[in-house]
Amino acid sequence: MHIKYESFVREPLVDGDKDYHQVSEDIISPIERKPGRMWYVGFIFSLLLLGYGIFSVTWAVYWGLGTWGVNRTVGWGWDITNFVWWIGIGHAGTLISAILLLFRQGWRTGVNRAAEAMTIFAVMCAGQFPIFHMGRVWDGFWVLPLPNTRGTLWPNFDSPLLWDVFAISTYFTVSLLFWYSGLVPDFALIRDRAKTKFRKMAYGIASFGWTGTAKNWQRAEALWLVLAGLSTPLVLSVHTIVSFDFATSVIPGWHTTIFPPYFVAGAVFSGFAMVNTLLVLTRKILHLEEYITIGHLEAMNKIILLTGSIVGVAYLTELFISWYSQSWGEMAAFQWRIMGPYWWSYWAMMSCNVVSPQLFWVKKFRRNVPFTFVMSIVVNIGMWFERFVIIVTSTYRDWVPGSWSYYSPTWPEVGFYLGTFGLFFTCYFLFAKYFPVVAVHEIKFILKTSGDNYKRGMEKIDNQSTEDFIHIATTHHDEEHLLEAPHH
Amino acid sequence: MAIKKFAVAAYDDEEVLFPAVKKVRSSGYKIHDVYTPFAVHGLDEAMGLKGTDLHIAGFIYGLCGTSTAVGFISWIFTSDWPIIYGGKPHFALPAWIPITFELTVLFAAVGMTLTFCYLNQIMPGVKKHIFHPRQSDDMFVMAIEINSHMSEQETVAFLKATGAKEVNVQVAEAGWWYGRWDKKEPYELAAGN
Repeated sequence: MHIKYESFVREPLVDGDKDYHQVSEDIISPIERKPGRMWYVGFIFSLLLLGYGIFSVTWAVYWGLGTWGVNRTVGWGWDITNFVWWIGIGHAGTLISAILLLFRQGWRTGVNRAAEAMTIFAVMCAGQFPIFHMGRVWDGFWVLPLPNTRGTLWPNFDSPLLWDVFAISTYFTVSLLFWYSGLVPDFALIRDRAKTKFRKMAYGIASFGWTGTAKNWQRAEALWLVLAGLSTPLVLSVHTIVSFDFATSVIPGWHTTIFPPYFVAGAVFSGFAMVNTLLVLTRKILHLEEYITIGHLEAMNKIILLTGSIVGVAYLTELFISWYSQSWGEMAAFQWRIMGPYWWSYWAMMSCNVVSPQLFWVKKFRRNVPFTFVMSIVVNIGMWFERFVIIVTSTYRDWVPGSWSYYSPTWPEVGFYLGTFGLFFTCYFLFAKYFPVVAVHEIKFILKTSGDNYKRGMEKIDNQSTEDFIHIATTHHDEEHLLEAPHH
Repeated sequence: MAIKKFAVAAYDDEEVLFPAVKKVRSSGYKIHDVYTPFAVHGLDEAMGLKGTDLHIAGFIYGLCGTSTAVGFISWIFTSDWPIIYGGKPHFALPAWIPITFELTVLFAAVGMTLTFCYLNQIMPGVKKHIFHPRQSDDMFVMAIEINSHMSEQETVAFLKATGAKEVNVQVAEAGWWYGRWDKKEPYELAAGN
C-alpha cells in the first residue's frame, strides 16, 4: 500500500472534522428525516408544472401539431430547441463522472452523484420533444428496426435522425447503469442503518444484496473504469450526432463543419451551469456545504469559463467563415441573425454566453455563491437562445422569398417546455429525498487524502526534505501512524 | 444453502486491517471474506485474490455490438431491402459508423453490468448475511470460517491480538438466497443473532 498523501497546498475536498461514520451520518440522515416545508412546496410546484405539461402535450396530440406555431418554413421551433437544450445539459453529468474519473480529478467525488442524476433526468426531458414532434406519436416505434408488415420496411440507417435515436437511447442506458452501479453500495449503507421496516425492505431491494466484499469492490472498480472509458467517447458522440442533424443538411447557417466540437463545448458549458444551479440549492437545503465546497463550485466555474470561451470562438469563426465563403446564402443568413427581425435572440445569446462568463476570470466571482447561482441561470438562458438562433433564424427566411415567415410559439409549445421543467424537478426532488446526493463510498475513499482534518496532519510531511519523504513512502506502512488524523 | 460457523473480527481503520490480513494469512487461517465500506486499494492483493477479467468480457461484448450493427445494417441495405437514400451507395459504411459505435458501447456496457451482477451474485431480492451492521459504514470486517479442526477460542483470541475492535462468533449462511431484508431468517433466530 502506498502512502496516502496530498500536498497541504491543495484545497481540501471535504471540510470540517470528519471520520467515516460522520460522512455517512451527514449524507444519509436527510434521507431518514422528514423533508422540510421547502421540499413539499418545491415538489408540489414541480408536480403542477408537470401536470400542465401533460395537458399541453395531450392537447397537441389530440388536435394535431397545427396547435403549435411551427409552419412550413420553420419546421423546428421551440420543441427541437428544447430538445437540444436539455440533451446538452445532460452532458455535464457524464463529463464529471467519466472524463474527470479518467483524468483522476478528485473533486468530482463531491458532485458526481447529483450531476449524473441531472444527466439522466435531462435526457428523459430531452427525449420527449422528438417523440411528440412526430405528431402521430402512436407510430413512434417505427424509428426502431423492428420486423413489420410493411415489407419488412426498415428505418433509414444513413440518416442522422436515426443516429440520434441510437445515440440518445444508448446514452440514457449507459448513464443509468453507471449511476445506479455507483448507488448500489450507498443503498446498502442506508439498508444497514435502517430502523424502519419499510426502509429496510425498500433499500434491501434497491441495494441488490450488496455486502462490499473485497471481490465486489475489485469488480466494481473495474466496471466503473471501463464504463468511464466507454462514456467518454459516448458523450462526445451524442452531441456530435445531434449537431449532424443540422450539419449534414444544406441549409445556410446549419451546413458547417465546426458544429460537432462547437455543440459539444456548448453542451458542457450549459451542463455545468445547470449543475451549479442545482448544487448551490442542494448544498444549502441539505446542509452539504462541507462536501460540495466553494472549491467545487470554483472548479466548475473554471470549466464554464473555458467552454464559454470555446463557444465564443466558435460563434466568431462561423461569422468569419460565412464572409470568407462569399456565398450569398451564407452571408445573408448571418446578416439576418445579427440585424434581422430576430436580432434580439442573437444578442441575448452573445451577451449571455460569450461576454458574461468572462467575469469568471476574477477569482472573487468564481468563489462567490450568489454570483455563481445568477451566472448559472444566465448561461442557461444564453444556451437556450443559441439553439433558438440556430434553429429558427436559419430557417425562417429560406430559398424562396415568397415563403419567408416569422415564428412565435403557441401556448401548447410553451406548456410542453414548462412541463419538462416539471418532470425534471419532480425527479430531482424525489432524488434529493430518497437517494444519497453525494457518493458516500467515494467520499470515504478520498477522505484520508483530501479531508480537511487529515490534510492538517500533512503539514509536517510537506515541510520534510525529499529524502525523508521517500524514506517514509517506501518503508513499512505499519509505521504510518504519523499520518493519522489529529485527535480532537 | 450452507450454514457455517464464522469468527468475525471488526476493525475501525483500514491501516489496522492490512497488517491483520497479512498476519491471519501467514498464520495459516483461510479468510472467508473481508467486508469494507468503500474500495480499499490493495486489499485484494493483500488477501491473495486474483485480478478481475471483467474488462475482457466487456471487450468481447463490445465486439458483439460492432458485428451486430455492421452485419444487420449491411444485410438490410444490400440484400433485404436495398433503397438508394440521398444518392449514397447501398453499402454506405461511413454513414453507419455512428450507429455501429453506439451499439458497441451499448452492448459492452449492458453486458459488463449484467456480468458484474452475475459474478457478484447481486440482484433485486437477493439477500446475504451481514456480519456487522456497520460494515457499510465505518467498520472493516473480516470473517474466518471455523471448521471442526479449529479451536473457536484460539481463533477468537488470535483475531483479538490483531487489533480488532470487536470479535465474535456467528452462525451464518455463507452464500446468498432470495429473501426480504426486513425479515429475520430462521437460522438467525435460532442462533440468536
